[in-house]
Order: sequence, then C-alpha cells, then structure tokens
Amino acid sequence: MNYRIRIETRAENPAWVGVISSILGVALSLIVGGFVLRAAGSADPIATYREIFKEGFGAPADWQAGASALLANEPCPKGMLCFGPLSDTLVKTAPILLTALACIIAFRMKLWNIGADGQMFLGAWAATGVAVFLLPKETPRVLMLTAMALAGILAGLVYGAIPGFLKARLNINEIITTLMLNYIAYKMLEFFVVVGPWSIGDFESTGRFPTPATWPRLTELSKQIPITAGLTIHPGIFLGIAAAFILAWALYRSRWGYEIRVVGNNPKAAKYAGINLSRNIILVMALSGALAGLAGMNEAAALRELNGRFPRGYGFTGVIIAWLARLNPMAAIFVSFLFGGLLVGTKLIQPQGIASMLQGVILFVVVGTELLFRYRILLEKKEPAAQTEAGDAQP
Amino acid sequence: MNANELTSLAAIILFGALVSGSPLLFATIGEIFAERSGVMNLGLEGMMLVGAMSGFAVWANTGGMALGLLAGAALGALFALLHAFITITLRADQVVSGLAITFLGTGLASILGQPYVGLRVPQPTSLELPLIGSAAAEQVALIVLGVIFAPLAGYYLNHTRPGLNLRSVGEYPAAADSLGVNVAATRYAYVLFGGALSGFGGAAMSLVTDPGWVDGKTSGLGWIAVALVIFASWDPMRGMWVSFFFGLLRRLPLDLQNPALPLISTANNPQIGRMMDMLPYFATIFILILGSRKAMRKRMGAPAALGNPYVRGERGL
Repeated sequence: MNYRIRIETRAENPAWVGVISSILGVALSLIVGGFVLRAAGSADPIATYREIFKEGFGAPADWQAGASALLANEPCPKGMLCFGPLSDTLVKTAPILLTALACIIAFRMKLWNIGADGQMFLGAWAATGVAVFLLPKETPRVLMLTAMALAGILAGLVYGAIPGFLKARLNINEIITTLMLNYIAYKMLEFFVVVGPWSIGDFESTGRFPTPATWPRLTELSKQIPITAGLTIHPGIFLGIAAAFILAWALYRSRWGYEIRVVGNNPKAAKYAGINLSRNIILVMALSGALAGLAGMNEAAALRELNGRFPRGYGFTGVIIAWLARLNPMAAIFVSFLFGGLLVGTKLIQPQGIASMLQGVILFVVVGTELLFRYRILLEKKEPAAQTEAGDAQP
Repeated sequence: MNANELTSLAAIILFGALVSGSPLLFATIGEIFAERSGVMNLGLEGMMLVGAMSGFAVWANTGGMALGLLAGAALGALFALLHAFITITLRADQVVSGLAITFLGTGLASILGQPYVGLRVPQPTSLELPLIGSAAAEQVALIVLGVIFAPLAGYYLNHTRPGLNLRSVGEYPAAADSLGVNVAATRYAYVLFGGALSGFGGAAMSLVTDPGWVDGKTSGLGWIAVALVIFASWDPMRGMWVSFFFGLLRRLPLDLQNPALPLISTANNPQIGRMMDMLPYFATIFILILGSRKAMRKRMGAPAALGNPYVRGERGL
C-alpha cells in the first residue's frame, strides 16, 4: 500500500459546510434517536417518526381534503385532519421562533444567553399582569394586545440586561447567571399563579383572560369559511416573522450588526477599533431578553390563561434552532417551523420526552459533524523514501 | 423549647445540610479536577442527570446500591469522554460542547428514565446517632466518604507529582509538554475523572440523599456546581465547604417547615416556602458577584489555559 490518509485543517469554512452539517446532523440524529427509542421500548421507531410527522404537519391526504373543502366552502370531512396539525404547529412556531431569534442575536456576539426560558416566563408574567390586573376588561383588543406586548418586551429586556450588566461590569459568566435566573423565573411564576396572589381559588391559575387580551383565532371565521372551524392559528406568527426580518436587516445591513459581529469574533480587535464593549454586551443581552419576553407574551395570549403548566424549555429549543440555523434569522423561520411540528407531533406520543431527547441529539450531532467538516481528509501517495524508512524501522 | 431540644434541632439541620451538600461536593470537586487540567466542562448538569437516572435504573433492576453508584459514575465518565473527544481531539469550543452534553444528558435521562418515575425507592438502613436520633446509614457513609475525599483530592492536587503535572497542563501546557507530560492524555484522564465524579454525585442523589427518580431530578444542581468551582477558587477543600453551605441553603425551605420553630416556621405559610425555593439560585448569583470582586482584588483563581485547546507548536498558552 503506497497511499496514506492525511488529515488537515481547512483554511476557510465554505458556506455549504454549514448547510450539509445541519442536514446531516438532523438525519444522523433521527438514526441515533431511533436507537434510543428502541432502548426506551418503542417497537418500531420509523412508525413513531411517521406518526410524529402526521401529528405535527398532517398527511398529504389531509391537505388534499382540506384544499378541496376550502374550494367547495365546506367543513373538513370527518376523519380527516385537514389543516389542523399545520395550524397547531404554526401556533407553536411563533414563540420558539422568537426565543431562537433571542439566542441568535446573543450568540452572534458569543454571549451565551441560555436564559431565554426565564426571560420568556417573565414576559408572560408581565403581559398577564397588564392584561388581567391593570387594564380594564373593556380595553379595545388592539390596544390591550399592544400593551401586553410592550409589557412582555420590557420585562424580558430588564431580565436579560441583568446578566448582561454582570458580564460587562464584573465579567461574571453569563451562562450560569442566565440559567439561575431561569429557575428564579419558574419559581416566581409558580409563586404568583399557584399559591400566590394571582391564583383564583384552588385552580392554580389566573383564570381565563378577558377576550381582548387573547389572540383572535382563525376559527372565529368559521361562520363564513367552514374549513377554519377549530383552527387555533393566530396573528402571533407574524410577530415572529417580522422580528426575523428586522433582525436580519440589523445584523447584515447595519453598522451596529457589523460591530457586534466583530466583538463576537475578536473582542480585542473590537476594543482597538473603538467599539464600546460593555455597552454592546448589555444592549445585546437586553435585546435578546426583549425578544424572549415577547415570546412569553405571545404564548400567554395564545394559551388565554396563565397557570403552573406554562411550558418550560422553549428557551432551550431556541438555542438548538439558533445553532441549526447557523445564527441566520431567515433560516430560523424555517427551522422553527420544523421544530414547532416536532413539539406538536410528540405531544401525544409515548414515550414522552422524545422532543427533548431528539433536540439534545441534534445539537450534539450538528456540533460534531461541523467539526468533522473543519478538517479535510486527503488520500495521497506515500513518498518512496518514507516507505524505505518505515521498512528499515520494522525489519 | 429547652436547650437540649435546640441543640438536637441544630444538629438535625446541620446533618441535613451535610447530606444535601454531598452530591454537590462530588460534582464540584470533579469539575475542579477537569478545570485545573484546562478543560471547562459545562455538561455537569447533563452528566449528573444521566448518573442519577442510570444509578437509579441499575438499583431498581438489580437491587445493588453500590452497583447503582458505580453505574452512575461510569455513565458520567462516558458522557465526559464525548466532551473530551470533541474539545481535546477535535479542539471545538468547550462552551458549546458542554451545553450540548447538558442537552443530550437531560433529554436521554428524561426519555430512558420514564419507566422509573415514581417507583419505590431504596429503603435506608436505620442508624442511631447521638443528638440526631435515627439517621440513614447510607447518608452517613456518603458524608464520611466526601469528608475523606476532599482533603485527599486537595493533597493530590497540591502535593504530589501527578497533581503537579495536572496543574502544569492547565497553567502552561507548552511547558508541560516540553517536560514530557502528555497534555492530551492528562486532560482526557481528568475530564473523565470529573465526569465520573459528577455521575457519582447524581447517582448519590437519586439513591441516597433524595431517593427516587423524577424528570429533571437535579434541578440545576450541576450548574450550581459549576458556579461553586469559581467561588472555591479551584481548591477542593474550599469546594467541600461551599458545597455543604449550599446543602444548607437547599435544605432550608424543608427545615423551616419544622413546626418546632414557631417564630420562623413556614408550616402555616406555604407562600414563604415557595419564595425560599429561589434561595439557592439567588445565592449562586450572589456568590458569583462576590467571587468576581475577590478575583479582581487578588488576581487569583482560574487556571491560565482554561478553555484553550493545546496544539503542539502553535502560539499561545
């Protein structure tokens, strides 16, 4: 054999590496996840995946039935899901897209904000406070929802700025502080709605929000368009998409977006270039928190009440989406949609926890595959001299 | 309440603090070893969860407590091996890899641990102690193990040849390399050792200190351990003291429910109890603030090469 394998570091990282490793990462995760499902007692992992897809997005037959019912202005035929799964998925896409954007803006500057979950909880808390306990029930819907959104943004902003401040001024690891603030936010929400002042009787809930404080749902049109009956999709998704467009513009087209990228890649160079580091750290963490806070408002207005079961973990899903989307806000829209389907699709399927397991595996495999692509593997001819040397060494 | 009862109550609270601080002690010292060798492992929470779940599963299937603890340590080490491969061999960002370990460990423990949620738990062997009264022998053994282990770890790190090699790899790997210390092998060894200790800590939690398995068992304890490493200035003995102190904080909401404390008891006031649950998390942020002040004043603490991959012949620490 006069060939040998040499491994060397790639000089530059071409764009296709990111795309390929994301796709490969997801595919590999599904395989690894399949083995885990087997170990957890699922007889046929592929059937489980198929069912997750059907629950999360619907089957082609469902879409067809939905489309023809829409054209004929009829309700969804019995036994068909029509657009139900897609609608549920879009409802879940909105908050995780916003937490993903929160992670993207922070990760761009290499600030590891793992606290989008807590910031989201605080946003939901503040939005609820405004809607249920501050403004009168008869406030017009637009005004009410705007006030809630502002409250959510503000609460998240403050909650994100705290670890930002600690990082900028005292150089305290933001991963640990944001995580601790997560637990504090969980406990605080529990305190308010489970045992505390916002709990109605023994229901461990604030009770149903007044109608103006809830998102209008598509199902409200079911009198005119029968196919929309039962569809819970609401305008919240547009908030997420709009935020993604604004963020993309800010990151790629504005001077400030360039600044934070420089800070992320090389803080020293940024300092010499006259970029104010600590101001940018606090600002980015505050904006990140604001996006997560908006996610909290969005979810609260969609759930129509606040209780002890407010979903945990969307902030962590945001981390994984941000990573899979290569910190690109536009790509995050698409990836969030897929993950929304995963969340909806795994809701009713046993064993529970498939979603969180798959997310963990995906992040790991994506990090791993990306690294493998950092090296290029070369097959090259051995030089004759080297061969004789090797031969001498081992007579 | 007379003086005797008060002493006994204080002893019970203290014992509770030692018990609930013990898992933290092992995780913290494990991370101290990994970080002193230059590798930060933020996957502590994931490794503890995997250790807690697998330890409980092994116990539930075999009935062997020691076997369960060993399984926890082995699984912790296995996850640490992943981290070591990605950060030492592939030289990836230690922060991202550590986060991925935590996500993976949390998800796997959640899904594989489902059959074990709410199962019957190990029955403690009762032991009569002065002042405290009846206590679990396993808990006493765990505390004794921790109290013996911490000074040994400190001695190993500061006064032995392998300890010196370990520290040199974390401070100045190029110099260590030139003296014939195998940097990569040393780092692999201590990252694995640290993972085994946190897996052991997790298993100790689900088998000894808070018997039983529920999803998210460790509730952030792994992250608290990461913070304690900083506050302990990477010193095992200090790691032991702060772990026990945090054990006290973690126990406090329970202790304060004791109706024997009429003035501050939360038994009639569950709302205050809920607020007290936040205490360890607030305290963690607080000690990080304290720690940062101290680090600024004394310029002490972190191993110089912490977080940096080492490539022979390349510039930098």
